[in-house]
Amino acid sequence: MVRVAHVHLSACTGCLISLADSYEKLPEILEAIDLVYSITLADEKTVVTETDEKISIERVYPDNVDIALVEGSVCIDDEHSMALLKEVREKSNIVVAFGSCAATGGINSFSRGGQDPQPTHTAFLPIGKVIKVDFALPGCAPAIEGILNFIFAALEGDTDYMLPYAVFAEEFMDTNGLDLARRVISQSLCMGCGTCAAACQTRAIKMYDGKPNFDMDLCINCGICTFQCPRISVSSTVFNIE
Amino acid sequence: MSKSLGNYMEIITARATDADVRSRSQDGGIVSAAFIYGIENGILDGSIVASAPDKHNPSPVVAITKEDILKARGTKYSISPNVALLKSAVREHGLEKVGFVGTPCQLVALRKAIKYPLGFRHVGDKVGLIIGIFCMENFNYQSMKILIEEYANVSMDDVLKTDIGKGKLWVYKKDGSEPITVPLKETHIFEQKSCHVCTDYTSELADFSTGSVGSPDGWSTVIIRTKRGKEFIDKMIADGKLETQPADLEGKGGIPLLEKLSNGKKEKSLDTIRIREENGLPVPKLL
Ligand SMILES: Cc1cc2nc3c(=O)[nH]c(=O)nc-3n(C[C@H](O)[C@H](O)[C@H](O)COP(=O)(O)OP(=O)(O)OC[C@H]3O[C@@H](n4cnc5c(N)ncnc54)[C@H](O)[C@@H]3O)c2cc1C
Ligand code: SF4
Ligand code: SF4
Repeated sequence: MVRVAHVHLSACTGCLISLADSYEKLPEILEAIDLVYSITLADEKTVVTETDEKISIERVYPDNVDIALVEGSVCIDDEHSMALLKEVREKSNIVVAFGSCAATGGINSFSRGGQDPQPTHTAFLPIGKVIKVDFALPGCAPAIEGILNFIFAALEGDTDYMLPYAVFAEEFMDTNGLDLARRVISQSLCMGCGTCAAACQTRAIKMYDGKPNFDMDLCINCGICTFQCPRISVSSTVFNIE
Repeated sequence: MSKSLGNYMEIITARATDADVRSRSQDGGIVSAAFIYGIENGILDGSIVASAPDKHNPSPVVAITKEDILKARGTKYSISPNVALLKSAVREHGLEKVGFVGTPCQLVALRKAIKYPLGFRHVGDKVGLIIGIFCMENFNYQSMKILIEEYANVSMDDVLKTDIGKGKLWVYKKDGSEPITVPLKETHIFEQKSCHVCTDYTSELADFSTGSVGSPDGWSTVIIRTKRGKEFIDKMIADGKLETQPADLEGKGGIPLLEKLSNGKKEKSLDTIRIREENGLPVPKLL
């Protein structure tokens, strides 16, 4: 069975909740995979080491993981997060940036330190800035149907379907509303479909005279607008309709 | 199946039987008749259509009654971002079976949103019918305003209907006088530039697509593409909501013309895409 891990870095767990939101599908997924690591959904494996000075209990990230779903940005000021992320990369065949915090930094990209309880933790980056990421699923949180389609495509090895996620991981780590405007509207490519406005999770985008207008005070850098825009890219699989 | 018109099951020529629907519809009233039929028979709860209370600068609305749909009849040659309303049709309006009408590019956006729904939670399975309209190009509102006011010399307030066909932009006035025409060679420079990278003329991703080209005046060409589209049209015909005639598969003004126009758009747009690439400009990526 495919060995799947869910890794939690700096995030709100909303992406995992979105996955659990599949109700009747969740047991189906859990049956189709072997969930080998998930501090929220599965028992953790720990090692206890006892020395004269202290007793430490550490989680063990398993070997030979097929798919690691990493939720959250990585705080580069936190050695534990950095170490875990690198270990995840080494021990996992496929690493997925699961949700916008991992894919683009999302709302974490506004962090500038000074917050409780770790005021020195300043920079929270998309994980692709630290390790090689194979696929990225933006969204705050990504919708359950999208997550399911991705997981089942991965289980079936449907690489055609998965390609847009690979491209997003590779090229769109720094995207947000303004970036979409620069890539599409300011390149005479926007035809005014309104998809970005519907997709935006904070309603930062309103359509005026058939073109999107971005209220960047509301933009949380999630990148879902860029992901959905058909003038950025369209997968060949979209053209297969029944 | 044909390369120039996309995949399809059947092409027919049709028009709405309801005279109310047909009057003031753009062509055969197929779109409005279909949405009304959907509502009246419980197949759809409502539809996203392009409304323009002032008749010109359109924006999408969720139509849930026959009156709403009739109000939105007719083509607006300006951009109505119909996908923008998709989530709100499901969330705020609570529709479980949404009808959607759009231009070919909008259907690409919609099908992508359905297949890759990361930003469209609980929406895709609520789209009950996708109607595509043929589209050579669209205009932003300011362009259309210049064409109507300065080229056709008609005040926006006096416009009843606009149409593009037979090489001309036609401006019909409310006073019923002879329509004013502007030759398309004068309108070309006003076309929305982003339309020139679009290679779809006949809404190849629709359940069924419709337009005027290929059928006599007052009738519409309907390209039926999916099982859902076929069932819908067949029911409308069986219930007497559409009258049909065989599509003209041979005549110069029939389907061959549609194919010619479709191929023309594809070739021109592929050319534009190539030139953009040569100039180092981005193009929509086909993955
Ligand atoms: C920009 C544009 C270009 C077109 N170019 C061609 C062409 O080259 N050849 C051709 O044969 N047909 C073309 N059409 C289609 C044609 O004008 C009619 O819309 C089509 O035949 C449907 O007519 P009907 O009588 O069945 O629909 P109606 O019953 O009149 O209903 C039309 C429906 O389309 C919706 N609509 C109107 N304007 C827009 C818009 N801008 N965006 C999205 N939805 C809209 C309305 O809300 C309404 O629901 C074009 C349409 C548009 C919008
Ligand atoms: S504009 Fe909206 S969808 Fe786009 S990145 Fe910002 S918050 Fe996300
Ligand atoms: S999603 Fe549609 S409206 Fe938004 S930028 Fe892309 S083409 Fe324009």
